[in-house]
Amino acid sequence: MGGWFNPEALTPARFADGFERVDGIYSGFRLNHAKGVCVSGSFESNGRGTRLSKAVVFKAGRMPIIGRFSLAGGNPYVADEPEMVRGFGLLFKLSDGEEWRTAMINTPVFGVNTPQAFYDRLLAAQPNPKTGNPDPEKMAAFLASHPETVRATKIIQSHPASSGFENSTYYGLNAFWFMDANGRSIPVRWSLAPVQPFAPANSTGPARPDKNYLFDALIASILQQPLQWHLIITIGQATDPTNDATIPWPDAREQLDVGTLTLERVESEDTSPCRDINFDPLVLPEGMAPSDDPLLSARSAVYSQSFTRRAGEKKLPSAVMPSEVRE
Amino acid sequence: MSMSVATEQRQFTSHMRLFHWLTAALVLTMLCIGVAMVASLADYHRLVSIHRPLGILILIVVVIRFVNRHYSTLPPFHATMSPRERSVASASELFLYALLVVQPLVGWGMLSAASYPITLYGSIHLFPILPHNVMLYAVLRRAHTVLAYLLFLTFLAHFGAVLFHTWVMRDGTFSRMAPWKVRAQ
Repeated sequence: MGGWFNPEALTPARFADGFERVDGIYSGFRLNHAKGVCVSGSFESNGRGTRLSKAVVFKAGRMPIIGRFSLAGGNPYVADEPEMVRGFGLLFKLSDGEEWRTAMINTPVFGVNTPQAFYDRLLAAQPNPKTGNPDPEKMAAFLASHPETVRATKIIQSHPASSGFENSTYYGLNAFWFMDANGRSIPVRWSLAPVQPFAPANSTGPARPDKNYLFDALIASILQQPLQWHLIITIGQATDPTNDATIPWPDAREQLDVGTLTLERVESEDTSPCRDINFDPLVLPEGMAPSDDPLLSARSAVYSQSFTRRAGEKKLPSAVMPSEVRE
Repeated sequence: MSMSVATEQRQFTSHMRLFHWLTAALVLTMLCIGVAMVASLADYHRLVSIHRPLGILILIVVVIRFVNRHYSTLPPFHATMSPRERSVASASELFLYALLVVQPLVGWGMLSAASYPITLYGSIHLFPILPHNVMLYAVLRRAHTVLAYLLFLTFLAHFGAVLFHTWVMRDGTFSRMAPWKVRAQ
C-alpha cells in the first residue's frame, strides 16, 4: 500500500516513468531490453530435474519454447556494443498447459539487490543532456552508498563477455525455491550454458562493425545450424543467501544439467508472438516458487507495467530484421 | 408469490442474506487488494496471486446468488419508498449484479488477451477465453480499472442509501438484509 499513501514511495508506475525519463519513449517497445529478436525451438528435459522439483518441465520429454534475445536499455534502435548486457527471455510450454517464464542476462550476478537501488542507479546513470554522458559525480555518490554494487561489478568484470549472443552463458540471477514430490524445498539458481564454444568479444570481425552486428551474427548462426544450451540448476544450501542477487553462491555448489534447449528458428519481433509476451520471471509452474529476493516481485510488477503501457501503443518496426540477414 | 407470504416476510431469506454478506466481504477485500496491487512492488506478486482466484470465486458466488435470488421470495419494499425510489433501488441492484459478473470476466479476458497463464492455485489454471491480442488486452485492462471505480461508486451509493433509510428515515431498511434474524413486531 506504500505507494498509495506515500507520494515518495516507488511504485510500478514511477519505475516505468524513470525508464521513460532516462531512455526516452519508444512507442510499442519494452521499457528495458527494448532491442530484441525472437527465437523458437524446443527444450528436451532429461528427467534428472525431477529429483529437485515436481514441476512438469523436468519430466523427461520435449516441449516447445519461445524466446527473445535482447540488449539492456530502453532504446530499441541502439547500436550493438560488446559490453552491453545481453538478455534472454524464455517461455516453456508445459504439457499440462502450465508455463514457465524466465528472463536471464549474461552476467553471473546482478549489479543491485533492491528495487530502490535499481531505480537510483538508473537515474544516476542518466546521461547529462549537455554532455551526453552520465554525470560521474552522481554515479560515484551511488557507488559510495552501495558497496554491494562495487563488489558485484568486480565479479561481473572477472567474467568477460563472449563474442556473441550464441556463445553467452545466461543466468537467472535471482534465487528460487524448488519443491519436489515429497514436499521437500531447496533453494536454487539456474543458468543456460552454451554448447557453442566460447570466444572472447572483439576477437572476431572488425573493430567497429555494423550497428546490429550482435543480432546479425546470432541470426546467421541459427540459420546455419540449431543453437543449443544446457539448462543448469545450481543447488543452494541453507547458508546461501536467497535474497541478494549481487552475491554469487560458492563455486562448490552442486550443478545439475536437467536438459537441452535447442533454438531452430529466428524471427523479427514484428511477426513473432514473442513481442507480445511478458517474460515475467514469476510465471512459474507448480513445483517452483519465488524466494525472498525483493527484486522478484518488483520485476514482476514493473514488467507488467511496461507490458500494459506498450500493449496499447502503436507498434513501430523492430531494428532487427532476420529477413535481411543471409546465411 | 402469494400475498400472505409477502406480507409476513420482513427479511430476505437466510440464504440470500448469507450470499449478500459473503459477496460484500469478498468484493471489499478485492477492491482493497486491487488498489494495493497496482501501487506495490514488494507485495505485487502475492496480491496478484490472491486476486485471480478471488475474482473467479466472486464470479461463481454471484452466479449462484443470482440463480438463488430468482427462486427466492423477496420481502416487499417499505411503504416509505415511492414507486420511483423502488425502481431506482431495483435498477441499482441489477447494475451491481451486472458489474459483479462483468468485472471478473473482463479480468479473465484481459489475461487471455495478454497470453498470461490464468493460474488459480498450484497447477490449476483456466483456459483462455480470448485470443492473444495486446491491443485487446490494453482496452480490457483499462476497462478493468474503470469498472473497479464504477463498482466502488455503486457500492458507496448502495451503502449510502441504506444508511439514509435506516438512520434518517428510520424505516428499518437495514433489518431486511441484517445478517441476524429480525423478529416481526
